[in-house]
Amino acid sequence: MNKKVAVYRKERFNAAHRLHNSELSDTENQVLFGKCNSPNFHGHNYDLTVKVTGEVDSKTGYVIDTKILSNIIGQHIIEKFDHKNLNLDIFEFKVLNPTAENIAMIIYNILREKINASLELKIILNETEKNYVEYPA
Amino acid sequence: MIFLTRHEHFNAAHKLYNPEWSEEKNIEVFGKCANTNWHGHNYNLIVTIKGEINEETGFLMDAKKLSAILSEHVCEKIDHKNLNLDVDFMSGKLASTENLALAIWEQILPHLPYNVKLHCVKLYETPSICVEYFGN
Repeated sequence: MNKKVAVYRKERFNAAHRLHNSELSDTENQVLFGKCNSPNFHGHNYDLTVKVTGEVDSKTGYVIDTKILSNIIGQHIIEKFDHKNLNLDIFEFKVLNPTAENIAMIIYNILREKINASLELKIILNETEKNYVEYPA
Repeated sequence: MIFLTRHEHFNAAHKLYNPEWSEEKNIEVFGKCANTNWHGHNYNLIVTIKGEINEETGFLMDAKKLSAILSEHVCEKIDHKNLNLDVDFMSGKLASTENLALAIWEQILPHLPYNVKLHCVKLYETPSICVEYFGN
């Protein structure tokens, strides 16, 4: 019998960004990314859902203590991304286009190192109410 | 009297920054909202108009026409833009939610039909923070 349980923690950060590939011309960027390429940036309230899956610990009754999970997300993700410009302020996006897909993968890579390897991890990132991505798929 | 409300949304970058103050004072007053390289939001705009129902149409105002006014005079000017740098009707103003709501009111008002009054501009900066302006 599968005894795994999924635990979810939701957090939010507000950030500016623009979609731009520096290897392409301005015209190509405009065609490819449209208004998301606007030179002076735009921004979003990003809603982040972190899903942690594993077996319930018999001692605590937890898969993971959500307070601990919240602290990990707060310290390593929210403090890093909140009220920042993803293109200019975040090292990982100096060369990487800050699409929702790439942001989710970066968040996964950061959190994967901080959460016990026996637990499965999934990142769900809403850029708007209508657009969201999931990694790993 | 009846009220009609239209919801719109736009995504924009901004920062809270008073150019007459030092960097230190801006950070003291506005905190992380003063981040030099901007941050951004998904704004939700809720506009309510009021008036009497037209007997011939059954409408207070054709909601599509209200939507067209909001698109042309508000959303197209601010969606995917930087409120501090790109928006003509925010030029010289602090890009707070309060000021943005007032400026949006001024953008909409001249374009409403004579029999329709603007009742409220409600603007959400995040799901937990919103302002309301009733024109006075």
